[in-house]
Amino acid sequence: METKQLTVSPAPHIRSRNSTPGIMWSVVTALIPAATVGVFFFGRPALVVIAVSIFAAVLAEALCQRIMGRRITVGDGSAVVTGLLLALSLPPELPWWMTMFGAFFAIIIGKQVFGGLGHNLFNPALAGRAFLLASWANPMMTWKWPAGSLLWAGKSADAVASATMLELARKGFFAQHGVSVPYSQLFMGNIAGSIGETSALALLVGAVFLLAFQVIDWRIPLGYLGTLAALAVLSGQDPVFHLLSGGVLLGAFFMATDYVTTPVTSGGRFFFGLGCGVLTFLIRIYGGYPEGVTYAILLMNAAAPLLEKATIPKRFGEVRANG
Amino acid sequence: MKRWQVFTNGIFRENPIFRLVLGMCPTLAISTAVANALGMGLAATFVLVCSNVIISLLRNVIPDEVRIPCYIVVVATFVTIVDKVMAASAPGLHKVLGIFIPLIVVNCIILGRAEAFASKNSVGRSFMDGLGMGLGFTLGLLLLSAIREPLGEGTFLVAKDFGFPGLGLISEGNRAKIFVMAPGAFITLGLLLAGINKLAAKLTAARAHTKKGGE
Repeated sequence: METKQLTVSPAPHIRSRNSTPGIMWSVVTALIPAATVGVFFFGRPALVVIAVSIFAAVLAEALCQRIMGRRITVGDGSAVVTGLLLALSLPPELPWWMTMFGAFFAIIIGKQVFGGLGHNLFNPALAGRAFLLASWANPMMTWKWPAGSLLWAGKSADAVASATMLELARKGFFAQHGVSVPYSQLFMGNIAGSIGETSALALLVGAVFLLAFQVIDWRIPLGYLGTLAALAVLSGQDPVFHLLSGGVLLGAFFMATDYVTTPVTSGGRFFFGLGCGVLTFLIRIYGGYPEGVTYAILLMNAAAPLLEKATIPKRFGEVRANG
Repeated sequence: MKRWQVFTNGIFRENPIFRLVLGMCPTLAISTAVANALGMGLAATFVLVCSNVIISLLRNVIPDEVRIPCYIVVVATFVTIVDKVMAASAPGLHKVLGIFIPLIVVNCIILGRAEAFASKNSVGRSFMDGLGMGLGFTLGLLLLSAIREPLGEGTFLVAKDFGFPGLGLISEGNRAKIFVMAPGAFITLGLLLAGINKLAAKLTAARAHTKKGGE
């Protein structure tokens, strides 16, 4: 007699094949173009920053988990993502030991102190960057143009050679000297800035990869970039310049989309992006710093639980009291 | 509890900063330099000892209904003395500590000890309690500032009022400024609290173990 074996099990019955390592390593893959372009333009110092940052992040994660008696999970790639993202948001010539402390801070204070992956309130890479910016403001705002790429060699060279596009725009450089914004350079990335933020092209390649494989939710970058562009148009500024300059593409696609520190609801994610866009714009125009992506995302990270609460969808058949 | 135990209680078992987590406002604000911490700690210790003694002396006279205003009058008297003496003898330190000297009046440690200890205990024991708590507070401040000043200012024990140049440890551009700013205060205190809690738990466990073994 033939017996049929049926499996009896509780829900859930449909399982996604996504896994933490799968997601993390695909983010690393998506960041490779930006990292490569950064090293291509800024040379060996940029490579040192990237290598030190990843190594320090992985080391800190392993040491922390060992000391706290937790399972060591550096293989899941989350520490590599944090280290890489931090490095890409740093100036190319930052001293190696500052990079190291930034990565330590990101992992230890930004992540492990809260309980490790999945429990941290703030994006660890941005926490590390904020720590570095508060600690060593000067080296963190010392920029360098890739060799031979500086356009306006004759025009007040000293002021230009160590400034990012946003800083130049803030000082009114473009209007003063009657030069137009070099959009093609902004798009390719041979300008001064953080290692991984300058090349819009490389970042977009990575972003398309992540969106195509549905690793990240389109609502956050759409809300973020859309709001920023809309605010720029409304206030009579150049929206393309606002989108291409600074760290907004890196932030919108790779940092504001972190699963842990953003709302889980679709509506919440859109409003999260919207908030990031508003804050970035406000800091750029009225703030003390020329760029505001770091603090915009960190502030919205703090607001993520509230956004989640406010945007919980109605369950089918549910009637809200005091509707 | 013996008098000696009343004294050590404030330093270790009930350290105001690390075990009771009291007086956080001056702790976070002035632990940026070792000299500030020492000045603040000793000022608070003086006020604590004097107010504990006076309140203990008056404990049978003060009516229960108005005890807090009475305590505040006593504490404020000694704070005014400290304020004037420091302004005259160490004007630089007085300027740095600024509002936090008058604010000793409402320091939770001092009112807390008046309410919880001095109003119920003899003068001698209240004196020992004030001294222990005050020194515990001072030691806690010193520990915090001994971490924050070298990392954030790159120096150790700069005290210009007393002609002390201090030690220069880290050069200007390499100092981690965050440690003398507000976030550095919270991070340092948080990590120290975590470490001391862990240590205390270990000690308690070890003590319980030896007790069990002895029985």
